[in-house]
Amino acid sequence: MEGLGSRPSGSLWAQALRRLLRKKVAVACLAVIGIMYLAGTFTIIRSPTPYGYNDQDIRAESVKQGPSLAHPFGTDRLGRDLLTRVIYGLRTTVIITVAAMLTGSLILGIGLGLVSGYFGRWLDSVIMRVGEVFLAFPGLLLVILIAATVKPRVKEWVEGWSGGLENLTGIDLIQLGIVDYVVLFAALSAFSWVGMARLVRGQVLYVKQNQYVEAAVAMGASHWRILTSHVLPNIISPVIVVVSMGMGATAGSEIILSWLGIGIQPPTPSLGVMIFQNGNISVLRSDPHLILFPVFTVTVLIFAFNLLGDALNDALNPRAR
Amino acid sequence: MGAYVIRRLAWTPALLLIVALITFLLGTYGPGDPVQVLQGQYNNPEVVERIRQQRGLDRNVFVQYGVYIKNLLRGDLGESYKYRDRTVAELIGKRIWVSAQLGLAASIVALSLGIPLGVFTAIKQGTWIDVTTVSITLFFMSLPVFITAPVLLLAFGLWLGILPIQGWGGFFDTRIIMPALVLGVPGIAVITRLTRASTLEVLSQDYVRTARAKGLGEFIVRRRHILRNSLIPVFTVVGLSLATLVEGSFITEGYFGIPGIGSLAIEAFFSRDYPVITALVLIIAAAFVAANLIVDVGYRFLDPRIRY
Repeated sequence: MEGLGSRPSGSLWAQALRRLLRKKVAVACLAVIGIMYLAGTFTIIRSPTPYGYNDQDIRAESVKQGPSLAHPFGTDRLGRDLLTRVIYGLRTTVIITVAAMLTGSLILGIGLGLVSGYFGRWLDSVIMRVGEVFLAFPGLLLVILIAATVKPRVKEWVEGWSGGLENLTGIDLIQLGIVDYVVLFAALSAFSWVGMARLVRGQVLYVKQNQYVEAAVAMGASHWRILTSHVLPNIISPVIVVVSMGMGATAGSEIILSWLGIGIQPPTPSLGVMIFQNGNISVLRSDPHLILFPVFTVTVLIFAFNLLGDALNDALNPRAR
Repeated sequence: MGAYVIRRLAWTPALLLIVALITFLLGTYGPGDPVQVLQGQYNNPEVVERIRQQRGLDRNVFVQYGVYIKNLLRGDLGESYKYRDRTVAELIGKRIWVSAQLGLAASIVALSLGIPLGVFTAIKQGTWIDVTTVSITLFFMSLPVFITAPVLLLAFGLWLGILPIQGWGGFFDTRIIMPALVLGVPGIAVITRLTRASTLEVLSQDYVRTARAKGLGEFIVRRRHILRNSLIPVFTVVGLSLATLVEGSFITEGYFGIPGIGSLAIEAFFSRDYPVITALVLIIAAAFVAANLIVDVGYRFLDPRIRY
């Protein structure tokens, strides 16, 4: 909404950032996401009750207490501090959303989309046909099927060689739930790449016709240079918007996958497990804090990602100004 | 137009065959021997061998796949491992109709609220009404089903006691209201956002200015010139929302005790009933492919500007 006289200075990115920071909603979303990711990464808040990795750690005297000063979110059915559990659950959400974004959206999605759009011809056909096969599957059903069939095989395989590692370092991969994480990333990224690849491909096809790309080719620039310094910067804005909303969606899918037993297994804390275990009428009537605090946390996070996506869309899309 | 449709139609059976092969291989190499499930508690090697031969499980996996496809073309989807003497087609047949009605009801919820809200927010673009409305729809999209379903059940079913909480009685039964809300409300945000964006695009078009300039009433301009054109892109999410509806139904149908394919899929998953899972994956995949085909071809009829 700027007048014709006042031309904003700085690069396209500086302008977009300034427009974004001018929006209070966007700043609030960034702050919420930042705090949650920091809390999840460093698990910064200490709690009077230990985080209780083992389910044997039951404290009979403090089971299912409502919120209090000592336990701001109350305690769960094993007497563990719910605030601590929620923060450790956020760690799971952070790992999953970041990993799924890196592998599914950024590496596979953008990589394949760039290759498909830029090089075209048979590579394009192959990538897009494979994408169509992935799109044709009902995602969740295939994830269920993969989890039921492939996961036990992966587990057997890891058990086969991780014994030696355990003897050497004392790290038990199975106990750490590494397999759960790996299967979850694979499942999530297997389905998130297609949408991103199609988006990137469409954008590349459009950008490729520009004269500056032609000029770069004429000057003898390598494919890598054209892709990274001429094509990618011009297609990145819609990608950022989709990534922001996609991370919210991934945080949401973690709940459904945990419910199906495909996600993170207890006792590793996960917001998904907390939510689906307590998502019924009887808990809602007798101990509402058990469900409301984890739901509140996840909802605020997903909501912040969605709102931020909307704000980014406005800031990065010059036509929407 | 003709060549494009023919090319799409030719690729579709190949696509479905690949989908079927992947599903079939996953089911075959999964853990748990189906024969163990079939023979029950007895462990008799002769019986095992007999079942194996009857079901053709002793043959090469690609031969089994071929037989499966041959039967599939005759409408035979095999037999369930869990429900003895029930064919998969019988199990799925009735349930798919139930889920389709629920999906239709949820779509009506999402579209009937999303489209007016989208047009409304576009007209009010930049005001606090626009920001608040979009934020509220996004908030409802962010809520997990695991909280919306029990809260609705508690509020309308137990406290107010105005809606029945469980079961299924068809499309024109009050029992469809709550599950349709749980499935449909998250979709409102998607429809609103899309309608809003396309309406904004249309609002700045010359023909809207012309319509106003020639003195048409605001109502007619909005209905005939704005809404008609802005709804074309909304049509494209029909294919996408089918996927969301199917995934949502897995959880929602369980909460409300609805005998649809969502609850069947979960049941089949927990009992490792591979023929049922395979058949469901295939049927839903076929529905996705058909929906996408209809959207892609239909889009070109709706918007004659698109050429290729």
